[in-house]
Amino acid sequence: MSTHSAASYLNASHGIASWLFTRDHKRIALLYLISLSLFFALGGMFAGAIRLELLTPKGNLMSDATYNKMFTLHGVVMIFFFLIPSVPAVLGNFLVPLMIGARDLAFPKLNLLSWYLYMAGALLAVTVAVTGGVDTGWTFYTPYSSTYSNTNVMATAAGAFIAGFSSILTGLNFIVTIHKMRAPGLTWFRLPLFIWAHYATALIQVLATPVVAIALLLVMLERGFGVGIFDPKLGGDPLLFQHLFWFYSHPAVYIMILPSMGVVSEIIAAFSRKRIFGYDFVAFSSLAIALLGFLVWGHHMFVSGQSMYAGLVFSVLSFLVAVPSAVKVFNWTATLYRGSISFDAPMLYALGFIGLFTIGGLTGLFLATLGVDVHVHDTYFVVAHFHYIMVGGALFGYLGGLHYWWPKLTGRLYPHTWARLAAAIIFLGFNLTFFPQFLLGYLGMPRRYHVYPEEFQVLNVFSTAGASVLGIGYLMPLIYLLWSLRSGAKADSNPWNAKGLEWQVSSPPPVHNFDQVPTVTEEAYAYAPADKGGS
Amino acid sequence: MDTETGLQLFPERASSVAGDVDALFYFLVAVSVFFVLLIFGLIAYFVWRYRRRSPSDAPAAIHGHLGLELLWTGVPLVLAMFIFGWGAKLYFEVFRPPKEGLDFYVVGKQWMWKVQHPTGQREINEMHVPRGIPVKVTMTSEDVIHSFFVPAFRVKRDVVPGRFVTAWFMATKVGEYHLFCSQYCGTAHSQMTGKIVVLEPADYSAWLSGRSAEPPAVAGKKLFDKLGCATCHQQDASGRGPSLLGVFGSKVQLQGGGKVVADETYLRESVLSPQAKLVAGYEGIMPTFTGQVDEEKLLDLIAYIRSLALPPAPAPRQP
Ligand code: HEC
Ligand SMILES: [Cu+2]
Ligand SMILES: [Cu+2]
Repeated sequence: MSTHSAASYLNASHGIASWLFTRDHKRIALLYLISLSLFFALGGMFAGAIRLELLTPKGNLMSDATYNKMFTLHGVVMIFFFLIPSVPAVLGNFLVPLMIGARDLAFPKLNLLSWYLYMAGALLAVTVAVTGGVDTGWTFYTPYSSTYSNTNVMATAAGAFIAGFSSILTGLNFIVTIHKMRAPGLTWFRLPLFIWAHYATALIQVLATPVVAIALLLVMLERGFGVGIFDPKLGGDPLLFQHLFWFYSHPAVYIMILPSMGVVSEIIAAFSRKRIFGYDFVAFSSLAIALLGFLVWGHHMFVSGQSMYAGLVFSVLSFLVAVPSAVKVFNWTATLYRGSISFDAPMLYALGFIGLFTIGGLTGLFLATLGVDVHVHDTYFVVAHFHYIMVGGALFGYLGGLHYWWPKLTGRLYPHTWARLAAAIIFLGFNLTFFPQFLLGYLGMPRRYHVYPEEFQVLNVFSTAGASVLGIGYLMPLIYLLWSLRSGAKADSNPWNAKGLEWQVSSPPPVHNFDQVPTVTEEAYAYAPADKGGS
Repeated sequence: MDTETGLQLFPERASSVAGDVDALFYFLVAVSVFFVLLIFGLIAYFVWRYRRRSPSDAPAAIHGHLGLELLWTGVPLVLAMFIFGWGAKLYFEVFRPPKEGLDFYVVGKQWMWKVQHPTGQREINEMHVPRGIPVKVTMTSEDVIHSFFVPAFRVKRDVVPGRFVTAWFMATKVGEYHLFCSQYCGTAHSQMTGKIVVLEPADYSAWLSGRSAEPPAVAGKKLFDKLGCATCHQQDASGRGPSLLGVFGSKVQLQGGGKVVADETYLRESVLSPQAKLVAGYEGIMPTFTGQVDEEKLLDLIAYIRSLALPPAPAPRQP
């Protein structure tokens, strides 16, 4: 166990160049943390504008064109530049080497390159936002995006395209690292579930991202050079784009949610001081989700005009992919049984995750059900559903993880009462924002509507009220976490009394993580005194 | 559609399938409530019952339980397959039109709905239909993808440029209902709305007779002559092109082998890109009519060719 806090990765070298050219996975994680936080704030502001406009049925704040740009930028920024990188790029980058007893990722320079690619893509998107915007929706459906829209589609698509490579490289780095750099004794079934989740995610990143890259490239070809691919007027097929797009974008949902599931496994174990119930089932369910997730993209196209028999196949496969998710939820719940449960902020997020993910998952069944999807497809029901998964799931996991490992990242503790309060406010604000949207969708309010019939107003007012509560909830961690950097109590190496190699090095960790490569002799989550054996 | 404000929680139910869709929807709600209560209940009970009592608590490890794993894999799986089957049955009910019914044509374009009645009357952003008679809507788009969505009927179908799609419904309640475009289609997407007006059949007939109209097949016949189609396509096989009598719905033998059913999409392609599929025994001399006929004129032409389907041509049904 290293204890020289003087030589932590944070103060080992100084100056802006020592950060911009760093190859230390921990510093790169912080670079991501800072840039992702900025983009989250940006995406959040777009969301605020949307909710404010929807307070009334008429469009009285902005024009149709501006509104369309708002929801497009909200989606593009949140999905491509926040959610997809979030947990892997920040927490994964920081923790994968630490958790497996390695000194860095397999390819440190590639890791830095990933961040630069991410920044390049993200800055392109920002340029778009300030130079006129883009109005295709984050889904870029053709032929609207390829022929009809006269906003800045090219640069946006290029931004997402470039960011995609960042994602591919991160995935590649994780796969090689997890295969090759585990400490002696750290067998696959002793790995923390966080690592399993990142492994499954990395597979999707590497295999699926190239397909969306191609789809975006083809949109650019048609738009820039009139090559007929998607527009029927040029001899193309508009549905082809939807197939290519969702072939990536459904698995991308799992890129966003699986790492958070890994985080939740770590937190549940640490704060109930228990081994995860059914470890093997939780580990393999990640792989099952990753694999099945590749075969369900057509469930976004039940009313698109694809063959009804294709609809049948995609529907049944979508029901199958729900099963491993259910398995995870049951196992997490069972882990609590006879545990020793404490209610620190990370645990509140993890419990919130289970609850909201359960609701998000169950409402996903409505959408997988062919005859019901016909009615709720492209309505607010879908908007509510994926926010339960993306915010209630992925973002709660991210925030939980950030609170759990914050002492390790920074060496500081944050005020626990404030953190608990913020978690509770975010939970309430979230539900108030998005639950009414299920009802709106069932009533038939289509998504992406700038103006809407009056009978939908009451529920929209609830939703906007919730969004303001949610906004306050998001501001709180920003304040107290920043405050903790200067004034928070110093954290010792293991403030939560948790298991895992990352808690054996000092907080913040030394530059090379481990003075001596550790040898692992026990399974993950060996909290019980006598629990040293395999599974 | 009564424009009362206030809190509305249930959508209007005004078509033959709406009740069936709702039944499955509420079944799913019940399943969801059950599992939410189960999970939330267990979590609440466990975190309370097993809250940390002393900082040195070290509970014994529980590795897992194969029986439980099988149970909570098996039960969701069986339930999921049951819901899948029910949903699939419903899907076919919602999308497969009955044989009998009125044929409406709808063209979507940024940002309006153009509707044509079986007897030729045209409307924009309004669609009058009779109650209790199945209505089959054949749709296409002039530009981007739109989606024809009538919440009260629980019907939705994307309207895709370059092809025909169909939807059908049978209205069960007189009234006015929202028609939405639910596929994002550009600037005024949220104003691409209209209303479906359901009338008693007698009122519908009265409504129709108050408006001048030329049945689409008649308009199509005129176009057919005007565009010179008739110079190549004659009643018998004597022309340079095949006779179009009885073509609609038949299986056409193509050059180079293969057969294709002559449906609306095939006819559309035959006019816009004749070279794509050549009829066996004929040369590819037919010129393209892209640019000369828009989607609405195409629908007229197709209606005419349809009317040649089975001699004698079936009279357009009156409601
Ligand atoms: C110059 C002669 C010519 C003219 C003018 C012409 N066609 Fe044709 N058409 C053909 C020939 C030859 C074929 C068969 C080869 C093929 O499939 O292209 C054909 C095929 C078709 C078919 C497919 C018939 C089948 O049996 O499958 C349709 C439908 C059709 N034409 C409709 C039209 C319509 C509508 C017009 C007017 C807008 C038109 N044609 C004008 C020559 C012509
Ligand atoms: Cu999906
Ligand atoms: Cu539209």
